[in-house]
Amino acid sequence: MTQPNPYQQQWPGQPAAQQWPEQPAPAPVVAGWDDPNRGGWDTPTAAWSTPPSRARVTQPRSGEHLLDVRDLRVEFDTRDGVARVVNGVSFHVDPGETLAILGESGSGKSVTAQAVMGILDTPPAVVRGGQVLFGGEDLLTVSPDRRRQVRGQEIAMVFQDALSALNPVFPVGWQISEALRSRRGIGKADARRRAIELMDMVQIPASADRVDDYPHEFSGGMRQRVMIAMALAMRPKVLIADEPTTALDVTVQAQIMDLLATLRAELEMALILITHDLGVVADVADRITVMYAGRVVEQADVHTLYASPAHPYTRGLLASVPRLDHRGHGLHSISGTPPNPTAIPDGCAFHPRCPWAQQMCRMTSPALTRIGRLDRASACHFPPEALDARLA
Amino acid sequence: MARYIIRRLLQMVVTFVGATFVVYALMFANQNDPIQALAGDRPVSDNVRQVLTEQYHLNDPFLVQYGYYMRGLLTGDFGKTLTGRPIGDVMSDAWPNTIKLALLALFFATLFGIAAGLVAGLRRGSVFDNTTLALTLVVVGLPIIVLAPIAQLVFGVKLGWFPTTAGARPSLYGLILPALVLGAASTATILRLTRASVAENVRADYVRTARAKGLSARRVVAVHVLRNSMIPVITLIGVDLGTLMAGAIITEGVFNIPGVGSKLLLGIQTEDGPLVVGFVSVLVVVFLVTNLLVDLLYAVLDPRIRYE
Repeated sequence: MTQPNPYQQQWPGQPAAQQWPEQPAPAPVVAGWDDPNRGGWDTPTAAWSTPPSRARVTQPRSGEHLLDVRDLRVEFDTRDGVARVVNGVSFHVDPGETLAILGESGSGKSVTAQAVMGILDTPPAVVRGGQVLFGGEDLLTVSPDRRRQVRGQEIAMVFQDALSALNPVFPVGWQISEALRSRRGIGKADARRRAIELMDMVQIPASADRVDDYPHEFSGGMRQRVMIAMALAMRPKVLIADEPTTALDVTVQAQIMDLLATLRAELEMALILITHDLGVVADVADRITVMYAGRVVEQADVHTLYASPAHPYTRGLLASVPRLDHRGHGLHSISGTPPNPTAIPDGCAFHPRCPWAQQMCRMTSPALTRIGRLDRASACHFPPEALDARLA
Repeated sequence: MARYIIRRLLQMVVTFVGATFVVYALMFANQNDPIQALAGDRPVSDNVRQVLTEQYHLNDPFLVQYGYYMRGLLTGDFGKTLTGRPIGDVMSDAWPNTIKLALLALFFATLFGIAAGLVAGLRRGSVFDNTTLALTLVVVGLPIIVLAPIAQLVFGVKLGWFPTTAGARPSLYGLILPALVLGAASTATILRLTRASVAENVRADYVRTARAKGLSARRVVAVHVLRNSMIPVITLIGVDLGTLMAGAIITEGVFNIPGVGSKLLLGIQTEDGPLVVGFVSVLVVVFLVTNLLVDLLYAVLDPRIRYE
């Protein structure tokens, strides 16, 4: 962020800029897909260098974000050595905004979320550094009591597999209102009424009849709604949803995402959506943070990211989405596997899998550098735009 | 639920008849001459022999004899011992002592086992965890026949904290040391199971959810972890209760407690058939009822279990 970006100046002169005069690219559109001459996802095309659409992210009013995570580092002490799972992750969200954290399994996105919540198992996990600023207050340095107060009340979390994340031996209404009873001290009858209200809010039918049912008596989608109701019980300002739709089938996924988007708007919450599903992200997210091997490799608003990804990894991810209009073409994949967190390669963590890797990529780790304008950054020595410009 | 209970009760009848039949057959197959056994060393005249044979249906086939016995049992008549004492009286003397002893043993086993198991499960790999692991291995490895005299010698004779024997009318205090000895193996198994169960549940997703709600650490453990960890432990405790009632033979012998175990031992030694069969029949019922209660409790603790 501190170094000036030499490629930034090339933007005004880009000839491809005229291709998209006004309208932002409709999401999700993977750039270059419709070009019959393209050789593969890693062949640079003109569309990659398309200038970004206008962001609709509201700027923070006072320069201070609601939740601002800075340079977060988490390590796990394992038998095979120290696993550096989160290596300097920074992101922020503001009220009413949806941030998606995108990455494949093992990229450190869930650990990041749990570190923000303060529910990592320590040991083996250790937060090595960074700041988690909530309303300007660093949650990593406050007292454990204050931390617990923030948890659930200010920042709440929805987990991936609702069946295992709900306690099997207590009725759902009991679990939804547990925090209210235990932390706000409200009475049993009140708690039950609040649980029914919350179940209505997440659109569980016949909530009054189902409040005393147990988690196993609900379908997968309804269980996830119960999870959401539980997270919302204390009216949090930030909701972290960790792969909330992974265990669900596609139609139910869409319903849950709609519900989250509606509730986010109604309750003026900030929503952090952790996912590996590019389809889920496109519809609801305002901004996207892409993680790889515990680092942020790219940050952009959703339209820009889909239209012109500025990191080879993001490009690979977008190209690997199966598409109906490309039937019979075979699926694209990024060759190789994500690095073992105990042995992250030197230099850029992505270089063994990157088709453009140069000597520099093997030597030095690229910093997350602003490209073009605010809120657009990539951690690549040779962001595709620049690469295209050089080839041109 | 009701159908399940009825089915279980019917199964219990079958088990009860089968178990008493086997014990009855074994005890009576082993006897040479029950009338001589009754008389001891004295000679028995033919007249007396004939009367007694009639009275005890000794000339009837075995199955008919068993039928007579079961009829008595079901009407509450356990018969008489060889010494002529009604077995019902012997039972009303012996059972209270054994029940007191078994419940006390179960109380200590549950208290120490769950408390220590919880701490060990929450602090895996700590000094406490390793110490309890070593101790439980020693306790499980030592048979009660070794443990009981050692406890008696150390705490009864040398230190004098507890009475060495309980006596004819044992006080609750006198039963503490025998109960600790009797419950030692149960304590060890309950501790190990609780530890394993807690260690597993502490890492469960729903515990993470509970912490994410911002609940206090105390509430997370006491409500979410403990409740789920207790499901297998309760089953073990239920099975242990039956074992403790029946397995008190050695403990009652060493500490001289006039309970079921010592009467059963006496009956076997003196070849007192009716006494042995009577006690075993009641033990079978105790076993069956505790098992049914445990199974029903299981459904209360774990709502995912439904009995049809």
